[in-house]
Amino acid sequence: MRNEINEAHEADTYEGYSDDSSKKRKIVVPGETIVSGEDYLPGDGARREGENVVASRFGLAEEAGRVVRVIPIFGAFVPRRGNVVIGRVIDITFYGWLVDMDSASSGFLPIEESPRFINKNEMDQFLSIGDVVAAKIWSVKAKGNDLTLKGKGLGKLEGGFIFRIIPSRVPRVIGREGSMISLIKEKTGCNITVGQNGWIWVKGASIDAEIRARKAIEFVAEKVHVSGLTEKVEAWFGKN
Amino acid sequence: MSSMITSNLTRETLRKMFAAGKRFDGRGLLDHRHVEISYNVSNKAEGSARVKVGKTEVIAGVKMVPGTPYPDSMEKGNLIVSGDLLPLASPRFESGPPGFEAIELPRLMDRAIRESGMIDLKKLVIEEGKKVWNVYIDVYPLNDDGSLIDAASLACIAALRSAKVPALNKEGNVDYDEKSTKHMPLAEGVNPISFSFFKLGSSLILDPTREEEEACEARVTWGISKWNGQYMINSCQKSAEAIFSQAEINHMMDALPKKFDELNEKLKKFL
Repeated sequence: MRNEINEAHEADTYEGYSDDSSKKRKIVVPGETIVSGEDYLPGDGARREGENVVASRFGLAEEAGRVVRVIPIFGAFVPRRGNVVIGRVIDITFYGWLVDMDSASSGFLPIEESPRFINKNEMDQFLSIGDVVAAKIWSVKAKGNDLTLKGKGLGKLEGGFIFRIIPSRVPRVIGREGSMISLIKEKTGCNITVGQNGWIWVKGASIDAEIRARKAIEFVAEKVHVSGLTEKVEAWFGKN
Repeated sequence: MSSMITSNLTRETLRKMFAAGKRFDGRGLLDHRHVEISYNVSNKAEGSARVKVGKTEVIAGVKMVPGTPYPDSMEKGNLIVSGDLLPLASPRFESGPPGFEAIELPRLMDRAIRESGMIDLKKLVIEEGKKVWNVYIDVYPLNDDGSLIDAASLACIAALRSAKVPALNKEGNVDYDEKSTKHMPLAEGVNPISFSFFKLGSSLILDPTREEEEACEARVTWGISKWNGQYMINSCQKSAEAIFSQAEINHMMDALPKKFDELNEKLKKFL
């Protein structure tokens, strides 16, 4: 199927939120000292201030070996190369489509990315303004981001609906090696694509199944700091 | 913010859902979200209230200052409603000169309150022809998750109901140190509540969330109150391009009395 989710990408971009309770996590606010000592290295969302490693974001602090990092609870999407995103076409230019992907810079999808030949005067036949597309970020530049449709499950999205969650909670929704999202897909029978920018596309056999899938995903996105969430979601499906 | 605009496929799904009488949060098409009202959010105002309708949040404050009457209403107090759409409330709002929506919101509040006769402005005269009370109502949204106008109308009513007329000293200035217990001259049981109907396809919905509101094609707002057991339309405002048919207006008129009673009962619990 064309719009099937690409599990490989999800595994690549999985960041944190594991259910492994052996790692200690604590909630930190910006400026709070997480650890002190020269042995530690500041990772994402942390910085060094003299002796101490200090949080620069609000989130869960995690120590993995010597590296200390903060998994943010809130935050905007920062485009990275290789991210699969879902975006909305906002403009058609002479050379391609401008795609809004809910980040500070918009994405550009060149005309060459279209799967079939397109007359430059009839570009809206493939993607018109307001259409939604799943694409992969090919390169990140100062001026903007280039997108590509080469990959499994990428392309124009048709049917179903789009909704948004906080981008930093996407890894939680996907789960370790896609476990959470496959559970939701299995229980609701819906086709789901999760963009790293927090946009989620759901398409199912019936509206009721789609609404159920959305509620399940929102339930997961609400429970940021809960461990053993997969079991809780299974219990949730029993009740709803 | 452009990313808030609905995509084509979400709009289509919503159209289908509304046609089947379904919504994402499981409500019926004309059901309201949970309403919550708290008072005295501002200690400098004569009366203030904070209203939560679902995730939409609005505060309203009432301030009373003695002033001169307008030449065309010498024997009446003045009612001034103002508001601002703070960037705090939604990524769609920008600071700067007020746009269309920021002007529309307080004007709709003003008209609904004024025409319902909720405030007896004639009793707000201090000295005939020379000195009257200026009643300022300020409306500020804290979070915009759709249906801001309806939430703002509830906030205005609650703020007015809790407002106290400040005491005056010998020179005729407001004595802020004295704690007044005198209520404003409000008509008993008259609550001008706004109802905004949104239209998508051929479906009408009440109290939309942000994403539903974004997808809708037209809006009409009714300011409804009850005077001597009769339902009254105090204000009406239509916006956006799509049109309403006569059958749709009739449908709204049939639904409004029931909806008004329902919300009025909810409101009374908090007053």
